Amino acid sequence: MRRRDGRAPDQLRPMKFEVGILKNADGSAYVEMGLTKVIAAVYGPKEPHPRHILMPDRAVLRARYHMAPFSVTEERKSPAPSRREIELSKVIKEALSAAVLLKQFPRTVIDVYIEVLNAYGSTRVASINAASLALADAGIPMRDLVAAVSVGKMGGELILDVDDYEDKYGEADVPIAMMPGRGEITLLQMDGLLTPEEFIRALELAKKGIMEVYELQRKALREKYEAIWREYGF
Amino acid sequence: MSSKKELILPGMPIEKKGLKPGNNVYVEGGKIYSPIIGLLDIKNNVVNVIPLKGSYIPRVGDKVIGIITNYSLYSWSVDIRSPYEAVLMAAAAFKKPLSRPTVPLNRFLDIGDVIVAKVKSFDLLSSPSLAINERGYGKVERGTLVEITPVKVPRLIGKKGSLINLIKKKLNVDMVIGQNGRIIVVGKDKEAELKAAEIIYRVEREAHVPGLTDRISKMLEEW
Repeated sequence: MRRRDGRAPDQLRPMKFEVGILKNADGSAYVEMGLTKVIAAVYGPKEPHPRHILMPDRAVLRARYHMAPFSVTEERKSPAPSRREIELSKVIKEALSAAVLLKQFPRTVIDVYIEVLNAYGSTRVASINAASLALADAGIPMRDLVAAVSVGKMGGELILDVDDYEDKYGEADVPIAMMPGRGEITLLQMDGLLTPEEFIRALELAKKGIMEVYELQRKALREKYEAIWREYGF
Repeated sequence: MSSKKELILPGMPIEKKGLKPGNNVYVEGGKIYSPIIGLLDIKNNVVNVIPLKGSYIPRVGDKVIGIITNYSLYSWSVDIRSPYEAVLMAAAAFKKPLSRPTVPLNRFLDIGDVIVAKVKSFDLLSSPSLAINERGYGKVERGTLVEITPVKVPRLIGKKGSLINLIKKKLNVDMVIGQNGRIIVVGKDKEAELKAAEIIYRVEREAHVPGLTDRISKMLEEW
């Protein structure tokens, strides 16, 4: 089976990962997964405001997932945070918190701002990929990078990296985030229906996709410093 | 000239046998990991990771450069580019103790003033407290303030101050380096100060590229 955009069932969309794109953020990243485009910025660790949110033994990680008004093709999206954006902010924060060594910076806050520039399916996993790169770029200690993909089902077949069309007309959409070096899952949601057997196969498919994403993330992180090496012939 | 060091990323274990953990690494399940992006530095079988970016965590005894952000009856608040805002008590600011506050503290140090201070105490439970009542510390009257990521300060100083002394000598400027990544450059004219700033930014950008001292000294010769 070929998919609507010509991909094989286990094929990712064309990907682009870039690190250190914002001058004023402590860490930043830009991620493209096909037509889905996301920017992430990290500020911190810094003084917590309001002060009452501070934790005496660890840093507080805050994440804000936001869709730009121009990110959708239908009617302009209201810039006010929607119910969906609040939910995604929460699950993204939890997916990242598992990786960040928060105990190293007690009584501080780390802010992650995620802006969806173009939404065409799997924005939450693109956001996690960008945010984890931005955290690493900021020099914040982590157990591993967090890499994420979504798997789905369309026309009875399991597919990797669900795009907007497949999300709308498919039978299931399962976003998954992992710390690939550790084999630990930090996000797992499911919209739609899969049989238990399909779910196990979907998980395997996701792991394969996550390893590909992980490699691209590592390459992007290295590139920032390797580019300067190359200037001097190293 | 040292050779190029290996870039290390979070997540993957450092796969070499018989090594002991050093700075900026942690052990989990018997394997050594780096929690940050950095350069791998193995000396005498001890694994260290040299960070490429990071925030400043105060340590007692550090020399830091701070900016006054607020004042109250007995103390100032000082921004030291750290997640933890520092406090300068009036008692740690004057050589002779003030018996009673008779004039507002902003008569001595106002908001926006730059100080060279020493970290007197810090324990992660209370804010770091500073002192300026020793020789070599106090208000900065002139010069150019340069900011770099604090983790590159050791590279800027160089082995036994080799790099910083080279810059000072060639540009005929004086420099005060704060461990928090702030540097004050004082020269005869603004031009020398700006040249020093340019070189400091260059060091920050290329700290991980071998042959840095040679390139900097070439830059200084050409000036």
